[in-house]
Amino acid sequence: MADKKKEKAIIIRKEKIAEGIFDMWIRTEEIAGLAKPGQFISLYCADGSRLLPRPISICEIDTKDNALRIVYRVAGKGTEEFSKMEAGAQVDIVGPLGNGFPLQDKSAFLIGGGIGVPPMLELAKQLNCEKQIVLGYRDELFLYDDFKKYGKVYVATEDGSAGTKGNVLDAIRENGLKADVIYACGPLPMLRALKTYAAENNIECWVSLEERMACGIGACLGCVCKSKEKDDHTHVHNKRICKEGPVFRAEEVDF
Amino acid sequence: MNMKVNLAGVTLNNPVMTASGTFGSGEEFSEFVDLNKLGAVVTKGVANIPWEGNPTPRVAEVYGGMLNAIGLQNPGIDVFIERDIPFLKKYDTKIIVNVCGKSASDYCEVVERLADQPVDMLEINISCPNVKEGGIAFGQDPKSVEAITKEVKKYAKQPVIMKLSPNVTDITEMARAAEAGGADVLSLINTLTGMKIDIHKRKFALANKTGGMSGPAIHPIAVRMVYQTAQAVKLPIIGMGGILTAEDAIEMMLAGATAVSVGTANFHNPAVTEEIVEGMRNYMAEQGVADINELIGAVK
Repeated sequence: MADKKKEKAIIIRKEKIAEGIFDMWIRTEEIAGLAKPGQFISLYCADGSRLLPRPISICEIDTKDNALRIVYRVAGKGTEEFSKMEAGAQVDIVGPLGNGFPLQDKSAFLIGGGIGVPPMLELAKQLNCEKQIVLGYRDELFLYDDFKKYGKVYVATEDGSAGTKGNVLDAIRENGLKADVIYACGPLPMLRALKTYAAENNIECWVSLEERMACGIGACLGCVCKSKEKDDHTHVHNKRICKEGPVFRAEEVDF
Repeated sequence: MNMKVNLAGVTLNNPVMTASGTFGSGEEFSEFVDLNKLGAVVTKGVANIPWEGNPTPRVAEVYGGMLNAIGLQNPGIDVFIERDIPFLKKYDTKIIVNVCGKSASDYCEVVERLADQPVDMLEINISCPNVKEGGIAFGQDPKSVEAITKEVKKYAKQPVIMKLSPNVTDITEMARAAEAGGADVLSLINTLTGMKIDIHKRKFALANKTGGMSGPAIHPIAVRMVYQTAQAVKLPIIGMGGILTAEDAIEMMLAGATAVSVGTANFHNPAVTEEIVEGMRNYMAEQGVADINELIGAVK
């Protein structure tokens, strides 16, 4: 029944792909075979002064090679530790965690903003439908070429250095894009704007949320968000982002 | 080699249990740990009615530990009896229910509801630093510690563990008060009140501003308090606070604990409790300890 595993993963390769952004392939035992787009894994630091796992979204799944790709931003000492690990090194991981995106065949917007871009890649790979991929960056692009294999890609940058100057909604409007469902991951202001846009245009919207986590498996109740429906655990409208999420229908949760 | 220990007439297969609030009711962790291997599972605090808990962020990491201000979110005793007790009954481990409340009558209501339930012990949480009413308010004054202990004992059919706060001037005063009130066992320590500020955002790391600090950084404080308490009272003690390894658990027993609870370490390694049991067994073999009870309070 156990669908989550604790494993020692081995780093296959690691590369810096933008300022502060690292791209890592890791070999797992079973986790890659169980993973779905939109799920995440917990990475554990070797340094015992940093106790809590770092939740990192799954960017790509290679079931043949039992490998996972993670692309993360160095945000503190923990992610800095991972960024310094070289091929062959071991890292403790637990996963796959969370629910993931629902795979449907409606025409879809796949929208990623900043470090919310990576989880959209495996989704782009697995969705068999008409896809409009819209990626928002502050300035420097990453993973752009990877996405081009799976659909038409539109870019927005805050500084206007590539694509539309502005945010992902500006790119959608400038290009006159339309779709029946939104799948999105990115900063809260972006997700809030998409929730409003989806409501105004009467389209379905799925967002991937994040929150400070401790256990990552649904036990500690650290990472809850207010929800319309009652949660499975406490029945008080507090869904656990690590367990019932991180992907929610936008209108179902407050964020 | 004997690893069984006795707490107020309840025999545990080994002294390792989970610390309340870090392990839910065991279900999530059962994917990583064989619960049959644990001395007991101590559940997350349960109140008479569901509690929503605090706003987020509820957790923050600090050097060698973490802060939490979950605010005792829990589904209430009805759901707990219907869902969590039957789940735990499937395993060969003892069930210790942590009880929280905002008033003496809240605690007693839960204790009364549990009287005919197949649970082994009750742990009364009078030391949560993250809720405004109840919790720690009962645990910082010896008179109220004694009073709430007496009150709970009137309704309890299982042995009563009083969980003490380290956020006091002298924990032995609270321990003596709980003993005077009729407690069967003491557990200590709960978390130490702390605070973290994000200097870039100039905001508190936790929505609650303060939170309970736990993790290996507090372990020496816990060892000291367990030692002092063991000198002050005759009651058995469940020692906890920053236990990350079998060595930490052994140290806690040498200081005077009969059993130990593992908390924050579960977040660092979801299989840690089972590994600690194994590590303690190895220590006994290496040191030629035939009975783990020899270790309890062995360092004077």
